[in-house]
Amino acid sequence: MKNFQLIRPATVSAAVSLLAKSPTDKFIAGGTNLVDLMKKGVIAPERLIDIMGLDLTRIEQLDAKVRIGALAKNSTVSEDSLIKEKFPLLSMALAAGASQQIRHMATVGGNMLQRTRCGYFYNTDLPCNKREMGSGCGAIGGYNRMHAIFGASSSCIAVHPSDMCIALAALDATVLVQGKKSSRKILFTDFHRLPGDNPQQDNTLAVGELITGLEIPENRFMTNVHYLKVRDRSSYAFALISVAVAMELVQDKIVDIRLAMGGVAHKPWRLTSAEDFLRGKSATIENFSLAAKLAMTGARGYGENDFKLNLAPNSIVEALKVAASKS
Amino acid sequence: MSKTSNLDRVDGRAKVTGTATYSAEYKIPQTAYACLVGSTIAKGKINGIDTRKARWAPGVLAVITHETVDQPQGYSSPKSKTNLGQPLQIFKDNRIYHYDQPIAMVIADTFEQMQYAAKLITATYTKDKHETDLHKALHTGRMPGGDRAKDYTRGQDEAYRNAPVVFQGEYILPNEVHNPMELANIIALWEGNKPVLYTKSQGVEGTRNSVGNVFGIPPEEVTVHAQYLGGAFGMGLHTWPYEIAALIGSRKVERPVKLVLHREQMFTNVGYRPYTIQKIGLGATSQGKLIGISHEAIAQTSSYEDFTEATVNMSRFMYDCANVSTRYRIASLDASTPIWMRGPGEATGSFALESAMDEMAYKLKMDPIDFRKLNHAELDQERNKPWSSKYLLECYQAGMERIGWKNRLNEPGQVKEGDWSVGYGMGTGTFGSSRNRTSVRATFRLGGQLLLQCSVNDMGPGTATMMTALGADSMGIPAENVNIEMGSSGLPKGPTQGGSATTSSVGSAVVEACEALIKKLLAAAQTMEVFRDAKPSELVFREGTVFKVHNEAAKVSLDELLKASSLNEMAAEVDSKDSEEAKKYSIYSFSVHFVKVLINPNIGKIRIAHVVSCADIGTVVNYKTSAGQMYGGAVGGIGMGLMESLEIDHRFGRPVNNNFADYHVPVNADIEKQEVFFVNKKDPYSNPMGTKGLGETALVGMAPAIANAVFNATGVRVRDLPITLDKILKR
Repeated sequence: MKNFQLIRPATVSAAVSLLAKSPTDKFIAGGTNLVDLMKKGVIAPERLIDIMGLDLTRIEQLDAKVRIGALAKNSTVSEDSLIKEKFPLLSMALAAGASQQIRHMATVGGNMLQRTRCGYFYNTDLPCNKREMGSGCGAIGGYNRMHAIFGASSSCIAVHPSDMCIALAALDATVLVQGKKSSRKILFTDFHRLPGDNPQQDNTLAVGELITGLEIPENRFMTNVHYLKVRDRSSYAFALISVAVAMELVQDKIVDIRLAMGGVAHKPWRLTSAEDFLRGKSATIENFSLAAKLAMTGARGYGENDFKLNLAPNSIVEALKVAASKS
Repeated sequence: MSKTSNLDRVDGRAKVTGTATYSAEYKIPQTAYACLVGSTIAKGKINGIDTRKARWAPGVLAVITHETVDQPQGYSSPKSKTNLGQPLQIFKDNRIYHYDQPIAMVIADTFEQMQYAAKLITATYTKDKHETDLHKALHTGRMPGGDRAKDYTRGQDEAYRNAPVVFQGEYILPNEVHNPMELANIIALWEGNKPVLYTKSQGVEGTRNSVGNVFGIPPEEVTVHAQYLGGAFGMGLHTWPYEIAALIGSRKVERPVKLVLHREQMFTNVGYRPYTIQKIGLGATSQGKLIGISHEAIAQTSSYEDFTEATVNMSRFMYDCANVSTRYRIASLDASTPIWMRGPGEATGSFALESAMDEMAYKLKMDPIDFRKLNHAELDQERNKPWSSKYLLECYQAGMERIGWKNRLNEPGQVKEGDWSVGYGMGTGTFGSSRNRTSVRATFRLGGQLLLQCSVNDMGPGTATMMTALGADSMGIPAENVNIEMGSSGLPKGPTQGGSATTSSVGSAVVEACEALIKKLLAAAQTMEVFRDAKPSELVFREGTVFKVHNEAAKVSLDELLKASSLNEMAAEVDSKDSEEAKKYSIYSFSVHFVKVLINPNIGKIRIAHVVSCADIGTVVNYKTSAGQMYGGAVGGIGMGLMESLEIDHRFGRPVNNNFADYHVPVNADIEKQEVFFVNKKDPYSNPMGTKGLGETALVGMAPAIANAVFNATGVRVRDLPITLDKILKR
């Protein structure tokens, strides 16, 4: 690993102005992904700005929404009583991520910024446009079992790895960011981006901006929620497919619904056409299957991940079934 | 059961509290830190290595490459003591034989300085066309040397083809890697011209020989310490280039050098289970009697060593069958050399044979266990010898009862638990039980302490615990009075820990050393006043005391005996080996793994609901450590069945998932219920304790048990491991 300097600003504004002066620096929070990337030589920042001392860890009830500080730990949020009561889907998704040890270190903001787990991205001897633009996409025609079936491009077929973000995309969350001059809010579904011809950029954060927190609007998805994570082992494995479902059921009628999928695209994949189809319909296997079929419009495989074209719709139906059966 | 048959691990507390010292943890003053920089191509030549920046980086003591190395003396006249061929001679020249082959070593004052400098090294290459795909190298397959690697025919060749019921199948095992939790590591130093290694070796004496060969010095002048190993699974059976590199480096910088491989290098530099393609043909009568078995395999090796294992051999003796033919080939690929990995050969072979036996049972519409029982081998037809002991049928019975085999239906996909499809499967395993020459010294000291010494080491099965139990039982003293010194050269020579032979070898030597010691003690006792009138045959030793038979009032404790002889201690050393009697028999351990799976085919989820592993390993010396080995072996087999595969991108000749996040092994949450059962009947011929081997057979047969259970649940037959969810997913 390359040597680096570590500095610890005391306030958000100090942190942001440090980065503004030297944009190649990196913020470090839990470090559960950044340190890996540094060890592997994927990135080699000269300076790290340690933000763990900033006052951004609170989970607060505001008017009709809950705010979560960017530095709240994944395990803390997952086990928080307010979150468990108001957003059980988020709690479930967080618990499905990584391992206990990692969840105890990883922060909410860092989770949103974790890089793809594509093997070609991490192996600096292999081609990867995300790491080195112009070197090619090794995963196309290579080992792409984990890779995207939606929204990929000829320059990148990597997927976004987070579980938490799939739930947040479903729950219409908003990201709070602080720049040097001003703060702004980004809709969660607009935060991450598709690779296009610029796969190096994972999100719409501007240079120098710091994530300070999240806001989730209150909803009525307390009971019929489910986060299904389909993976190669039962713990500490990234999702091949994950499905976040939040339903409001009255008798058997779906009054309202949110659906998002993970492991399928460069960003959390919100299934709005399936949501629109199901809203107002009965919670039946037939309707779930029709919705899953709609959700798959535009999907394509890259060889080793062709099975996802079956696994994804099956998982949508399975997750809907489990969510609908809860009471 | 003896008093010590449930003894706690004698080193358990040291291991879990961090006081057990592993190789890289020794605190040796002046230790410098080293790492290896690997090639980025799979085959070709190094044109140049730019080390200038690294050499001038802070704290760097040396950068060693093929251009700057002082070549070890033995490089010019290598004499390999292994059957593998010529191990890679690190830094010998500019040729690249595999991806991540070490091309440079950086040595610095601190770990951080070493890591930093290593990143500054760059190299240019001339690439040659590499081949890492066994499927594309089949035509290069060749028969390796060695008697048991030769083609074998009993009866008529390929007789299965003419049987009334014929089954043929092809089975694929991918690359698997050992990857013990403790990384490959060494501290190397020189005392004058004599090398000293603290290293991760499964065989102290083997490492001495290999290092002696490379540096052109007698093995007795090589000191090796390898007391504790944090797992090895076979990767410590070879002396690897990194160990030689550390010695080269230490000689260069004239300081002790510590070298710990990165986790990524554990996938590329210290062996693996080779990719293997197998074909099985079975022929049977319509009643299920086997008429013919044919088993062929082709496996990968490197371009510089011929690695072989007994992949097809199990098919020669496992079932009663008049006509058997086997063929085994190896093909060189541009990858590093494989090495024996737990259950070597048999683990791979059993996946093919035991899957095929299951497939044939379905063809015959027979219960797979009835089919096996009908073809039970009453003697070893390969060697035409009787078994020393065989309680395989008892294993079948015990497993059937515990797993609930009666709930199984032969028709796939018919048993449900809620939404889950239930499947039951089993697979048989076996492994030869051998006994290797071993020296042990037993010393009795004042205060009632027994010291047992042997250079054997313990990669985890509980060797020290086994030695303690046998020593305590032999001498009739409490286990806490037994002390063990092991894992270092200079002690009486022990065997390499591998091939499930440690208890048979070292245990026998412990028992024999204690017997010899008792003889000496009794001889000394005869000179004492209290036994003046006793004949030698009248003296007995029991519970740490010498008695006269029929007059137990006449007794002398060991301490009294030593004091009377004016001795502080009395010792006996034995050189123990196989008996002639044992050679008349085929000595094998047998295991049967039973698995119950629950499957949701919609999402391909496979739950390992229940595992029962039954084994005939002769006498169980220590139930706890044996059960621990069996649990671990079964978990390894579950990894083989469901998860493990090193994925090579053949375009680049290098692995893509060489890390612990992407190369999966099972976690606790994957296995819901697991139990073990031992027949625990003494083998009359194997050795004084009547034990057979356990470590290897603990894994053999598990992967096919899972494949068979998956078929029973879903009707989908998976012949290429691992059984990942995409292979059973409902379309």
